[in-house]
Amino acid sequence: MSASIESLVNKEYQYGFVTDVESDRIPIGLTEETVRLISAKKREPEWLLDWRLKAFKRWQSMTEPTWPNVKYTAIDYQAQTYYSAPRSVKPLQSLEEVDPEILKTYEKLGISLNEQKRLSGVAVDAIFDSVSVGTTMKAELKKHGVIFCSFGEAVLDHPELIQKYLGSVVPYSDNFFAALNSAVFSDGSFVYIPKGVRCPLELSTYFRINAADTGQFERTLIVADEGASVSYLEGCTAPKRATNQLHAAVVEIVALDNAQVKYSTVQNWYAGDKDGVGGIYNFVTKRGKAFTNSKISWTQVETGSAITWKYPSVILQGDNSTGEFYSVAVVNNYQQADTGTKMIHIGRNTKSTIISKGISAGHGQNSYRGQVKVLPKAHGARNYTQCDSMLIGNQCGAHTFPYIEVANSTATLEHEASTSKIGEDQIFYCKQRGLNAEHAISLIVAGFCKEVFKELPMEFALEAQQLLGISLEGSVG
Amino acid sequence: MLKIDNLTANVADKQILKGISLAVNPGEVHAIMGPNGSGKSTLAQVIAGHPGYEVTGGTVTFEGQDLLDMDAEVRAQAGIFLAFQYPVEIPGVSNAYFLRAAYNEIRKARGEEEVDPMEFLDVMTEKLKIVEMTEEMLQRSVNAGFSGGEKKRNEILQMAVLEPTLAILDETDSGLDIDALRIVAEGVNKLKRPDRSTIVVTHYQRLLNYIVPDYVHVLAQGRIIRSGGKELALELEERGYDWLLDTAGASA
Repeated sequence: MSASIESLVNKEYQYGFVTDVESDRIPIGLTEETVRLISAKKREPEWLLDWRLKAFKRWQSMTEPTWPNVKYTAIDYQAQTYYSAPRSVKPLQSLEEVDPEILKTYEKLGISLNEQKRLSGVAVDAIFDSVSVGTTMKAELKKHGVIFCSFGEAVLDHPELIQKYLGSVVPYSDNFFAALNSAVFSDGSFVYIPKGVRCPLELSTYFRINAADTGQFERTLIVADEGASVSYLEGCTAPKRATNQLHAAVVEIVALDNAQVKYSTVQNWYAGDKDGVGGIYNFVTKRGKAFTNSKISWTQVETGSAITWKYPSVILQGDNSTGEFYSVAVVNNYQQADTGTKMIHIGRNTKSTIISKGISAGHGQNSYRGQVKVLPKAHGARNYTQCDSMLIGNQCGAHTFPYIEVANSTATLEHEASTSKIGEDQIFYCKQRGLNAEHAISLIVAGFCKEVFKELPMEFALEAQQLLGISLEGSVG
Repeated sequence: MLKIDNLTANVADKQILKGISLAVNPGEVHAIMGPNGSGKSTLAQVIAGHPGYEVTGGTVTFEGQDLLDMDAEVRAQAGIFLAFQYPVEIPGVSNAYFLRAAYNEIRKARGEEEVDPMEFLDVMTEKLKIVEMTEEMLQRSVNAGFSGGEKKRNEILQMAVLEPTLAILDETDSGLDIDALRIVAEGVNKLKRPDRSTIVVTHYQRLLNYIVPDYVHVLAQGRIIRSGGKELALELEERGYDWLLDTAGASA
């Protein structure tokens, strides 16, 4: 492909700056003491410390999974810092107390924590390194009985809800990274939507890693009570650093009877440079449990991270429950992604839809890994899977690993897959109509991702489309 | 308008064009004919700026500018349009969106205001009639799932929208049934103006019954071996290419 196209795909990562704030960091290394220290810093109740310690013990007996189709130098878990908080962050009474440097950081990222300037209809919880620095629109939400706060606050203010639901979807023993997270998680967001309430605002969490050599281990728990509904957005960025940083998060969603939860992610962690140096290791466990007549929908646009390991899944526990997974995953330069979903059909007439769009450019390696499992009692279960890959250039790869297990003969499953290549001919065709190469690629890619983008909330859809353009700059090589 | 002088071009180190010279004046229709593999489509692609062809010698000017120095999109913005022999599919991008993006790029290049989707729809309503297409066509993805005939009509629709000064039709007649051929040819004729020129690349004389050329050139083995008026096409229809090839071979 021509050099002009190649130069297009390598635009600078614009969120790679560092904020200069004094931080309270604990020493590097991970022992039982570290776990106790984090718990103490958060003034947690005994039951939570116990849970963390059990998780830590379990983690020590586990080994890092080797089945993902990604390669990286071994992570030294003793060389990380497991807690780092801006020193100024004490339990805050109001957003006015947030360090102006941090507020500026979020302004720079396009997220205003100033309620007057907020995006209309969106409430934001901002997580900076290990802690939440503020949540907007709390008062408005409270009127409707909606709880939206940092995980740390929820532990102290709503212990009964946390005790009931923490680990109910992703037990601490679930996998290596979930166990690690359960032991050392520092903050995250908590959402509770009461019975029959449609959350009046979009809820959003913005994750920012700032400190060096620090992992971010956040936990998000969303509970939609019977008949409730909510749309939740998540965004992530990090500074450019030459070393790899670890991000191991857990997200649990509980959709009780007749509830609906829509969870959208635009993941733009620093991906490393064009030679694959630096970048975030993103090992995330996301799962939802759907009860009777409920619906859980995951939409993700994954453009960042050096390594992505992530399978937002739905356990279709209740009859007539629905699970959806819409994904766009982009890898460029030396990025690697092993991502997909699991749909576990337990209840009758459960239904799942999987639409996965993988885009590989540069030397990127993109794997779709998906499991559809129909258990014996899931009469009338239905799944539709569509799994498309697009290649840009000759050095990249696309891989597909579908696992299908069906134990009920009344189930209906469809699986479609395709691989295409943005060719010189497609670009030339657009150029011959007057579009430049950059415009041509963004148009072709947007067309490819259309089915996923239409699932995103409006303001996110635009951002995602732009992000995609940036991620792919210079990718046609 | 277009002046080609001793143009040579390679694809993958193989010389395909071996010294083409051709002048097209405003309002003229030129037909380029010749057997398969003679370099007709290559010539069309080289004029449009396909990066897969390497120009090794000669000059091409368009309205006084050095065309070979321009990127493909700049050539398009300058008024050169290629109706593709094999139109490319772009799944997920609606015809309307694609056409408006192209239309706006070309308007920008001409220093005109861009149009919004509503204004564009008005433009389209007129243009659709030229190729007897319905609005439903605009909502479909660019060329995806189109029949051969629909693809070719879509090319002419794009040409109608973009109003090029030089249109090159690359085997637009191939794969068309007689009705589609008529629609396509009539579309081209409706767009004819004294300041617009057309190059029709075709294997058969059939299309030239509808789009009547001022000049006919026969391309063989990378060279123009004979030029004449429209009657040359009829002679080719009757006698084939062999007699010309023999003459060319003898003189070479």
